Amino acid sequence: MKPWIMALLLCVGTFLTGQAIATPVDTYQFKNQANQERGLKLARSMRCPQCQNQDLVDSNSPVAHDLRIQVFKMVDEGKSDEQIVQYMTQRYGDFVLYKPRMDPKTYILWWGPLGLLICGVIVIGLLVRKQRANKTTSEAFTESDEEALKAILKSDDNK
Amino acid sequence: MKKFILFLPLVTFAVLGYFLYKGLFLNPQQLDSALIGKPIPAFELQKLEDENIKLTNKDLIGKVSMINVWGTWCPSCKFEHPYLMKLEAQNILPIYGINYRDERKAALHELKVVGDPYALNIFDPMGKLGVDLGVYGAPETFIIDHNGIIQYRYAGPIAEPVWNNTLLPIIQKLQQQAKAQGAS
Repeated sequence: MKPWIMALLLCVGTFLTGQAIATPVDTYQFKNQANQERGLKLARSMRCPQCQNQDLVDSNSPVAHDLRIQVFKMVDEGKSDEQIVQYMTQRYGDFVLYKPRMDPKTYILWWGPLGLLICGVIVIGLLVRKQRANKTTSEAFTESDEEALKAILKSDDNK
Repeated sequence: MKKFILFLPLVTFAVLGYFLYKGLFLNPQQLDSALIGKPIPAFELQKLEDENIKLTNKDLIGKVSMINVWGTWCPSCKFEHPYLMKLEAQNILPIYGINYRDERKAALHELKVVGDPYALNIFDPMGKLGVDLGVYGAPETFIIDHNGIIQYRYAGPIAEPVWNNTLLPIIQKLQQQAKAQGAS
């Protein structure tokens, strides 16, 4: 097999195996399919306070187990998403949310990139305008310029 | 203006470098507790020594105190234990123990063997109070003022340096406040 085909297969294979995510198996029985989907989605959106780069479903630390069971229970009790998120943040702080909430403390996170984009557009705009201004001045070619140019060309020819 | 633009990359680099450098020395495991300034969560749990006796949050209010979350399964708690015994002997403040996600028999055996520094032992086998306190590991220690308000949370084993530099000053300040309020 040609090396580049092998490399390609390897790349594709890596992506495929990435889809098979192992999760700790809980024996929690949801009341219905919709609850299960909502519960898992919520638990996936929250960070395990102990193993900080894993979400509540991913982590098999005891505290993540407790918290995800708590999320599942609250879903089955018919609590709304906001109520569940509030329950968690009241105890573990905004830290548990992977997606930061919009409040004055996180404005820079949410609006910072947009601000940078606007800054960039302004800077580019200024530069382009400046460049254009330079161009127009250089295009102004006076008669004396032309005579000087002719003189130079002439002297060049005589060499 | 043109000169300033020339220095912009350097300034950006310096600012970024400063924050990244500072970030090197931050401990992501030391989280601020969401419960600072809030009362001890309401609970009703069994006493570790006697399942017929129920303890509630009201039993912990009245004095400046420390709540220590521990379990026999937790090696750092074993490391911390001798220091808690020392503190208990100094009689500075009551230490309340929450036996977290543990077995009663194992916990009682442990306390019998290495000593019991706790004024009260709360049995929390399901980690319910632990979740309400925002506990994410053990040991964790909470400092409570005389009104039952949580003032500080320390995650990790207590040892001489952190006790002298951080915990004791907070406790002394709270005790002075309690005294002043009690006198008036």
